[in-house]
Amino acid sequence: MSVNNCYHCGADCGKNPVKFNNKCFCCNGCKTVYEILNASELTCYYDLESSPGTIPSDIKGKYNYLDNEEIIEKLLEFNDGETSVVEFYIPSIHCSSCIWVLENLNRLNKGVTISMVNFPKKLLRITFKNEETNLKELVELITSIGYEPYISLEDADAKTNKIDKTLIYQVSIAAFAFGNIMLLSFPEYFEVDEFWLEKYKHLFRLLMFVMVIPVVFYSAKDYFISAYKGLKHGMLNIDVPIALGISVLFIRSSIEIFLNIGSGFFDSLSGLVFFLLLGKFFQQKTYNFLSFERDYKSYFPIAVSLILDDKEINIQVKDIKKGDRLLIRNEELIPVDGILINGNAAIDYSFVTGESIPVIKKSGDKLFAGGKQTAGAIEMEVISTIEQSYLTQLWSNDVFNKSNEKTIKNITDNISRFFTIAILLIAFLGGIFWYFYNVDMLFNVVTAVLIIACPCALALSAPFAFGNILRIFGYKNFYLKNSETIENISKIDTIIFDKTGTITSSDKSQLSYFGTALNNTEKSDLKSILRASNHPLSRSLYEYLEVDSLIEKPTVFNEVLGKGIEATINNNTYKIGASSFVEAKSVAINETSIYIKINDEFKGYFLFKNSYREGTKEVFEKLHVNYNLVILSGDNDGEKEYLEELLPKNTLFKFNQKPEDKLEFIKKMQEKNKKVMMIGDGLNDAGALAQSNVGIAISEDVNVFSPACDAILDAKLFNKLPKFLALSKKTIAIIKASFILSFCYNIIGLYFALTGMLTPVVAAILMPLSSISIVVFVTILTNWVSKKL
Amino acid sequence: MEVVYITIGVSIIVAVFFFIVFIKSVKSGQYEDTYTPSVRMLFDDELVKKQKDKVEQKENQQE
Repeated sequence: MSVNNCYHCGADCGKNPVKFNNKCFCCNGCKTVYEILNASELTCYYDLESSPGTIPSDIKGKYNYLDNEEIIEKLLEFNDGETSVVEFYIPSIHCSSCIWVLENLNRLNKGVTISMVNFPKKLLRITFKNEETNLKELVELITSIGYEPYISLEDADAKTNKIDKTLIYQVSIAAFAFGNIMLLSFPEYFEVDEFWLEKYKHLFRLLMFVMVIPVVFYSAKDYFISAYKGLKHGMLNIDVPIALGISVLFIRSSIEIFLNIGSGFFDSLSGLVFFLLLGKFFQQKTYNFLSFERDYKSYFPIAVSLILDDKEINIQVKDIKKGDRLLIRNEELIPVDGILINGNAAIDYSFVTGESIPVIKKSGDKLFAGGKQTAGAIEMEVISTIEQSYLTQLWSNDVFNKSNEKTIKNITDNISRFFTIAILLIAFLGGIFWYFYNVDMLFNVVTAVLIIACPCALALSAPFAFGNILRIFGYKNFYLKNSETIENISKIDTIIFDKTGTITSSDKSQLSYFGTALNNTEKSDLKSILRASNHPLSRSLYEYLEVDSLIEKPTVFNEVLGKGIEATINNNTYKIGASSFVEAKSVAINETSIYIKINDEFKGYFLFKNSYREGTKEVFEKLHVNYNLVILSGDNDGEKEYLEELLPKNTLFKFNQKPEDKLEFIKKMQEKNKKVMMIGDGLNDAGALAQSNVGIAISEDVNVFSPACDAILDAKLFNKLPKFLALSKKTIAIIKASFILSFCYNIIGLYFALTGMLTPVVAAILMPLSSISIVVFVTILTNWVSKKL
Repeated sequence: MEVVYITIGVSIIVAVFFFIVFIKSVKSGQYEDTYTPSVRMLFDDELVKKQKDKVEQKENQQE
């Protein structure tokens, strides 16, 4: 092979591969995992999938807090003193090899009794013996083989998330009754004049009655509850005519059976309830591995290292007090606001602001909660507890306590208001007519109208259309929280974008060089110097320079924090960094840049520009036709000129926007009756996303990170945003078309009802036929309009 | 014709039985993870046995 790929994780090994056992690895971590698996005869891991692993994370004291009994107690699901059960969410589970190796943990640690993987949810459940191993040991084991569990403050709150299975029970009861009642109804449907039927039909009818009681009073109870609540608030939602239809069906059928008038409509009744609940069940489906409801607790660590009398003590985050001194290791999150005491701090605030470049801090500087340390270990002094930190106060805003107040009114409920009134009117007029024409038929006709007009098909249109489009979007990595989101999207008239991390790529910047051209020798020297620096700008510039770095190292190297680098290599002196450090004219105000001086001669500077996502210009041009567009950015306005060229006219720009400013801006727009969509990516957008009618989070990795929102869009698909929005509108159009189709069925049914010819067999044919054809109609159409996606 | 009572009774008993079994399976969580078992069944114990055989062969060669 011309390219060496890591045997464990498949990444490029680079020029200096780690070799072991005739195999190449990209780093010592992967090699170590291989050694662990090899020693335990678990190398079948590599047979199931090629290069299935991930690079393991460093451990180094990271899980010392798992020695804390209080924390352990919160994490464990079950503990009887001898055996314990714990469940971890492991984001890096991704293939069958992962399932295999994690379910063979007992081969790596004898204390493990059983380990089971739930692949869709990426959960690992471990049962272990307390005498032979402990929680910390287990966590370190699975982390060492590349499966770092995600343990956060939320887990320690010991929430009991029992899944509500009531709907499944209701559907199964309705299905049971529907199937059996249908069988018991067939003899009377064919109206054979047989002696045995005359003898047994009373038994059949009684059995049907008994079976239908749990359907009406248990399976369908939510419709009655919802209809009652709706009426109490003066609303005619879709459940009112449904409850009315179910009630009339049940009452009339019972009267017929006990007065021996007929066989009743129990078949239609149970079928009706079954189909309706099926629609609910279909709509309830969601994505197991995504969370739309995260707040700060989802991201914060459970415990921190407290430095007390030169010792490290693990305490829970909630126990942190003002004045405490904390040890923050590399890649750890800062849980509270504080002041930097010791160490070099390069804080990655992308959690909070979405800004990708870490911020350099020095001793005495203030550190805010939510940043991730990326330059070794630091010590900090606490100046506010976790509830008082700037970040957590974002969640103090009222917007997170509101639930559904901003929901745009449901399309089905709009229709059902008129539908209910129309049906009652028709029944009333029909009743009047038959009162004068043939009073014996009055009861029959009125109840038949109310029965046949039950909006089963109407109620099924939206759930199945939305459910199907949700599934299609999900396949395309656009994850919507629920079907309500599609309706809300279709009514949007204003779209607001965050800038950094949303319309720009998080992981790269555009670099331009201005000044005297550098020759290859100078570039090589520069690259060799940058190699020794961990500054994020140095890393970017290092990757940008397309020459090979020299093997030689600088003879003199001096990095001044926050300023730049002074180095001597190959008898040439280089100064690299800020304009003040290099003693050059500051040309690019408000813009990130690195100035270069060689042997006291100013050469030029590298300018860092945001790199906008592929297709940004086209996205805005398409959206501009139908929507008002706004950019709200926390940055300064250094990019304004560029954006004004890139984006359409009439796009509104606002810079230097704090999270509260974004939220207030949206609130003001909504007060002007605008329907606002917010698109952002950082936790600082969480307030704006929650305040907006539709909040979409752009995510580089949907498994790991997103603020609370209505939808999550994979960042690679940013250019398909206009198509997703257009499809949402088409879905509404399809639902309206299916409403028309369903009205046709109602009209046919009304003909039979008003003429007094509605028999149980007619109802039994017409009702399922309308339901099934509506479902097929909306499913085929939504699939068809989604083809171009 | 009295057999109709028996057949109806038996069919209802069978239906109720399967309904109860279904409810029990829902409660025990059998429908919570519909993907992982399909992968798990493909893990063949022979993979491990073959590995052990290889190890034994190596040991024999050394002897």
